[in-house]
Amino acid sequence: MSAVIESHNHDDHHHGPAKGLTRWLYTTNHKDIGTLYLWFSFAMFLIGGAMALVIRAELFEPGMQIVEPEFYNQMLTLHGLIMVFGAVMPAFVGLANWLVPMMVGAPDMALPRMNNLSFWILPVAFFILLSSLFMEGGAPNFGWTFYAPLSTTYAPPSTTFFIFSVHIMGASSIMGSINVIVTIMNMRAPGMTLMKMPLFVWSWLITAYLLIAVMPVLAGAVTMMLMDIHFGTSFFNAAGGGDPVLFQHIFWFFGHPEVYIMILPAFGITSHIIETFSRKQLFGHTSMVWAMTSIAILSFVVWAHHMFTVGLPLAAELFFMWATMLIAVPTGVKVFNWVATMFKGSITYETPMLFAIAFVVLFTIGGFSGLMLAITPADFQYHDTYFVVAHFHYVLVPGSIFSIMAAVYFWIPKWTGNMYDERLGKLHFWLSFVGVNVTFFPQHWIGLAGMPRRYPDYALQFADWNMVSSVGAFLFGASQILFLFIVLKTVMGGKKATPAVWEGSRGLEWTIESPAPYHTFTTPPKVN
Amino acid sequence: MLKKATTSIKNKLFVTFITLFSGITSAAWDDFNMTKGVTAISKEVFELHMLIYWICVVIGIIVFSIMFYSMFAHTKKKNPNPSTFHENTKVELAWTVVPFLILVFMAIPASNTLTKIYDDSEGDINIQVVGYQWKWQYKYLEDDINFFSNLATDWDEINNLTPKGEFYLQEVDEAVVIPVGKRVRFLITANDVLHSWWMPDFAIKQDAIPGFINTAWTVVDEPGTYRGKCTELCGKNHGFMPVVVKVVSQDEYDAWVQGKKEEALKMAELTEKSWTVDELTQRGEGVYLKNCVACHQVNGQGIPGIFPNLAGSDIVLNNKARNVEILMEGVQGAAMQSFANQLSEVDMAAVITYTREAWGNAGNGDGEIVTPQDIVEYKKPKA
Repeated sequence: MSAVIESHNHDDHHHGPAKGLTRWLYTTNHKDIGTLYLWFSFAMFLIGGAMALVIRAELFEPGMQIVEPEFYNQMLTLHGLIMVFGAVMPAFVGLANWLVPMMVGAPDMALPRMNNLSFWILPVAFFILLSSLFMEGGAPNFGWTFYAPLSTTYAPPSTTFFIFSVHIMGASSIMGSINVIVTIMNMRAPGMTLMKMPLFVWSWLITAYLLIAVMPVLAGAVTMMLMDIHFGTSFFNAAGGGDPVLFQHIFWFFGHPEVYIMILPAFGITSHIIETFSRKQLFGHTSMVWAMTSIAILSFVVWAHHMFTVGLPLAAELFFMWATMLIAVPTGVKVFNWVATMFKGSITYETPMLFAIAFVVLFTIGGFSGLMLAITPADFQYHDTYFVVAHFHYVLVPGSIFSIMAAVYFWIPKWTGNMYDERLGKLHFWLSFVGVNVTFFPQHWIGLAGMPRRYPDYALQFADWNMVSSVGAFLFGASQILFLFIVLKTVMGGKKATPAVWEGSRGLEWTIESPAPYHTFTTPPKVN
Repeated sequence: MLKKATTSIKNKLFVTFITLFSGITSAAWDDFNMTKGVTAISKEVFELHMLIYWICVVIGIIVFSIMFYSMFAHTKKKNPNPSTFHENTKVELAWTVVPFLILVFMAIPASNTLTKIYDDSEGDINIQVVGYQWKWQYKYLEDDINFFSNLATDWDEINNLTPKGEFYLQEVDEAVVIPVGKRVRFLITANDVLHSWWMPDFAIKQDAIPGFINTAWTVVDEPGTYRGKCTELCGKNHGFMPVVVKVVSQDEYDAWVQGKKEEALKMAELTEKSWTVDELTQRGEGVYLKNCVACHQVNGQGIPGIFPNLAGSDIVLNNKARNVEILMEGVQGAAMQSFANQLSEVDMAAVITYTREAWGNAGNGDGEIVTPQDIVEYKKPKA
């Protein structure tokens, strides 16, 4: 891919950013909004992480030491909600804002004012959600999956605020997705056909369609809850002729595509990083696109594998088992492609590459446990135990979150114009890598041995590994402070970055100078 | 004593590490792996688990070996000029088709076992299991036996005031009893929120859902005491409602059934007897500690905003009729459930009387007490 860059620097003096707070409040610039999203998600990552540490501190030893079971449930609920909706999703939207226009050669997102709105309603949503901690009766305490009727008839009064905040998050996600789709469909540089599009852009195009398809479903579910709580309906209340299982069908019809929303952009990021540091073109670009598309389509027909124990008919169990197993095929293709890209490459191990390789290995381990969970009879034993907790943390922490960290190290020279401190970056990687495995690997064993999830206290035979897991969690948590320090240090200064930044870099964003000017590609480049 | 418990955990930690590093012995294996269980089905499920596990391990070793080989052999130093290949239809086809075939191979035994599990024909013994916040009720449909099973672990152990016993959080006041070798069918449902009845040794995990009845069955070949748990988040004491099943010989089972029936007769006699306030209060305290304390707390003051205060409450002090009604019917739209089926007439009367006498309530209200006859009266069909 080569590009012709028009000189656009002479525009800068009358199109630079405004000064002060208003720059951030009123901005319609995709780079500013990307930065806002990334900082917001980092703040949420630390808050959600602190809640995880409350959980791990309580589980350090058998017995109730630090919190009451009631507050423990609030912590595990908010930890899940904040990490999913506050940390991982906004981080990917931030990356999309920064990168999609630069990767397709567009001057900005297609709908810049809506872009501003979709960011600024997010802090409001999370302010509402977090304020529920201080309300009478406490914060939501029914798990991030908020199964009715625990979340309706039996829920604390703050649930209404929770519902409102989910509505706002949903609106933000839907607006963000529309923006991504419109930008990709209409603003690609001449010559950039769909199949030539970089994989991060592809992954986000698919993710955006998934979001538009399922966020309204989530909105529907919480609206029905609102009706059940305040307006006397009985959607999920068996005593009034309703159906508690219906809630789970609706929730997981949203929830399963949602988990792929949190992993598809990670696939895109990993592909870029592995090809760059292997100095070799990505193996199977076309098959990567097809694999992501099939994963996205399959994600709509596997939701009931979260519900194998609710008493579905045999035919449904068999269908959802087979469909779920099928997802291993396109996922396998992606892993094989990454390995084939590295094969006979010319590899170096800068921090982004370390995170990307750890992503491939640990995400694959999460994939294996996912395959085990798909086997319905075995799932009767795994379901709702720590085995499941280990599984989804393996795909979300060293999966999604490692990919976000890899992306930050990979593109931060482009964003700030400065190289990060490589030694500190590597230290951060190794601490996180050890921390994540010490935390989550023993949870496989705790789960298989029989400890259910969402338990504030446990039988004595689970004590050893819970203690190990808690130690790992504190190590992982502490090493993220180092990450914050590295990022701040890079923003303040450092070795100047070249436009290409990396020896093996490929793609339009590496053709513009570092840091990227406030306005880029005001005249579209030409892609051959 | 707390310190002693900590030391013993540290010792255990040390021992576990030693076993881990000196090669995992079969004794330690149970701490790492799924239970094999004691039924034909649970053993089949265990085999499936091990099969899929080894498939994953083998695939993982192959893929990661190639990857780690590249990571060492194809560095910039050793291989400064990267190859340029970036697709290969044959290879790509192979790594799509081969995994698919492995999955088909795996799906066949899994589907077979699943079909066996889904046999919901009648059992020799049929037991209805009902989940409550936070206890299980068991009703033996043939023998008209009905009891609740509560956590037996003392809250002092949970709060680290006394040392934890061997079956910490895995013991109940009354276990389910079933005979060995008989087909037992469980009909599982819930009274309030979702619960899930899990008995790992039988490979049974079925959600208990209000308004639905799910079935599960088992034939257990080895007598013994088996321990399981609630596995669906059901509120604050989700971690404190274990399942215990005792599997006994047919003779022992028959004797147990006989004993339960005699117990029921004795209870009927108690209902007839005339009670003093002190007797009722004394009995009521026990009932309160077992059934009410989780929400309304030991001091009766509840949790502000969630669970109402009973100490000085106007209903408890002055409104006997409403007081009885709340316990018998529950409160619509709130966590307060009906205890009409959970408590005998005697216990119901005792616990209401207790709340009207405890925490300084005595002498502050109308002073009325509730007798078992009041409850019998309440239960009579109204004209």
